[in-house]
Amino acid sequence: MQLERATVLEHIPIHGGYNLLRMRAPGVAPRVRPGQFIHVKIPHLEECVLRRPFSVFRADGDALAILYKDVGKGTRTLQYLKAGETLSILGPLGHGFPDPNPAAYPIIVAGGYGMAALYLTARTAPVKGIAFFGGRAAKDILCVSDFEALGWTVRVTTEDGSLGRKGIVTDALDEWWLNESAGRAPELFACGPGGMLKAVAHRAIERGWTAWTSMDNSMGCGVGACLTCVLKVREGEGWTWARACREGPVFDARAVLWEEIE
Amino acid sequence: MKPDLSVMIAGIRMKNPVMTASGTFGYGPEYADLVDLNQLGAIVVKGICLAPTKGNLTPRTAETASGLLNAIGLPGPGVDGFVREYLPFLRQYDVPVFVNIWGKTVEEYAEVAARFDAVSGIDGLEVNVSCPNIKEGSALFGTDIRMFERVVRAIRAATKLPVIPKLAPNVSDIAEFACCAEACGADAISLINSFPGMAVDIETRGFKLANKTGGLTGPAIKPIALRLVWLAAKAVKIPVIGMGGITTAEDALEFLMVGARAVAVGTASFTNPDTALNVVRGIEAFLAKEGLASVSDWVGALRE
Ligand SMILES: Cc1cc2nc3c(=O)[nH]c(=O)nc-3n(C[C@H](O)[C@H](O)[C@H](O)COP(=O)(O)OP(=O)(O)OC[C@H]3O[C@@H](n4cnc5c(N)ncnc54)[C@H](O)[C@@H]3O)c2cc1C
Ligand SMILES: Cc1cc2nc3c(=O)[nH]c(=O)nc-3n(C[C@H](O)[C@H](O)[C@H](O)COP(=O)(O)O)c2cc1C
Ligand code: FES
Repeated sequence: MQLERATVLEHIPIHGGYNLLRMRAPGVAPRVRPGQFIHVKIPHLEECVLRRPFSVFRADGDALAILYKDVGKGTRTLQYLKAGETLSILGPLGHGFPDPNPAAYPIIVAGGYGMAALYLTARTAPVKGIAFFGGRAAKDILCVSDFEALGWTVRVTTEDGSLGRKGIVTDALDEWWLNESAGRAPELFACGPGGMLKAVAHRAIERGWTAWTSMDNSMGCGVGACLTCVLKVREGEGWTWARACREGPVFDARAVLWEEIE
Repeated sequence: MKPDLSVMIAGIRMKNPVMTASGTFGYGPEYADLVDLNQLGAIVVKGICLAPTKGNLTPRTAETASGLLNAIGLPGPGVDGFVREYLPFLRQYDVPVFVNIWGKTVEEYAEVAARFDAVSGIDGLEVNVSCPNIKEGSALFGTDIRMFERVVRAIRAATKLPVIPKLAPNVSDIAEFACCAEACGADAISLINSFPGMAVDIETRGFKLANKTGGLTGPAIKPIALRLVWLAAKAVKIPVIGMGGITTAEDALEFLMVGARAVAVGTASFTNPDTALNVVRGIEAFLAKEGLASVSDWVGALRE
């Protein structure tokens, strides 16, 4: 992990309120592992004392990119950043997704920024699997062509049916399991809203699949010092706190106390 | 000529007057990849009590205008856990280590102090009497002068280590607490701890923190902290460690100017992990520019 002043290479709106921010970060970018994040000091927002965490979407050579959505003060202000300007980033942070098990069939389940957060996993997977993307509407679906270019199959579900199958992402996963899996045990990689992760984890635990879930806990320091980002994980008969920024954000679904997650 | 930045606090020689504030720098390893710990004046670790503790439920922090509200609730590894898991790491560095301690009762405070007295490699104890979440009966140790006196006396009797009570800001007469600490044999005092506060959400109609209320820190509390440090430093002869919202070398120089002999950087480490080291460099540059030979020439330089 290191603190670096990155230079903006490209900053463009995608759709659905998402923006692509690509930056030159020769210290951080080459060290990024799939599922890790960077902690960004939002420029021109002195009154905010905390950085904001963003998963790394792509990392290529000296450059890395994030996909982010305007949801509040920080992400709104970030949008004003122009190519050539600099920003302070801290990274790569956290414990990302493990290398996919070559003996298992890889399946990605993603919602929201999770589609970006799982791109590097798809890229490094030795077996090209299926990516299930879910969102409220067509505008919430990102990165489809990026995954397809890697040789992955993408199945989209939207709640309003404006793109792909109408319904929720786990419906599509269940359908695959019933009709297409042919008994192959999948290994799941999931990132998205808490409810989605919980539904994925329940299926995995019930069916004995391995599942890796990236948790979306709000963060303070990002490095393990402040104990803001904690979640309950199993320990023996009881539980203990784990830091999403250090031990996570990716956890084995069997370790998380899902009854505590909303 | 390079100005001399070293200071003596509670009998401990520090290379420079800039420490980390308890709870904002973990136990050391968390920031070690980012910050050369040898360049810090001292490390103050997160609050520790007798046995391992879990702390509060989440959400534990909420950002506010130029500040941060926290109700972490003092999770920690306990005395033995700290000594086993973190102390050997810290001892690899050439930097004084102060352990921030707390307890639920006077006896527990004294026992924690006694336990650390028997451990080598610790340079002193900072006593957290002012965490908004610890109570004995209805009185808070940090705001009730009689409780405060009992705690400081009990700790003083339990250890030969330097004792540094950390004062709460929400008292009507800070000098009374500062003088009481000095009279009870404290080697230094530190202030301020976080200021009690609250944040709510109009969308959910709920509290932003699981604990409902928390402690406010960061630049928002700096003017409050500066006044209290000034008042406390005037009241006592023992060294005062000033903190509250320090983000730049200029902030630190202000605390030193009103009488603090050392400072601590807290919330600003979250914003920029290299804040403490930048403050050290900035103080050095300022002293050089002013033609001052040592930082002690700047302490108390305020024209009153
Ligand atoms: C490990 C990790 C990786 C992330 N990766 C990405 C990413 O790649 N792209 C992306 O767009 N976002 C990502 N996020 C979420 C992102 O960090 C938040 O959206 C951002 O911090 C909001 O900052 P803000 O100042 O704009 O909003 P604030 O003003 O702080 O909050 C505005 C609203 O957003 C909500 N909010 C704040 N933080 C989060 C959060 N972590 N999750 C959900 N809601 C939140 C608040 O409750 C509030 O309702 C990630 C979060 C984590 C923990
Ligand atoms: C997340 C967090 C945790 C803290 N934990 C402790 C603690 O364990 N013990 C203690 O005495 N003070 C604790 N503090 C208070 C700080 O040490 C310091 O007194 C306060 O933050 C003011 O300084 P600042 O404005 O520079 O942050 C904590 C503060 C924060 C923000
Ligand atoms: S965000 Fe500070 S410990 Fe994880």
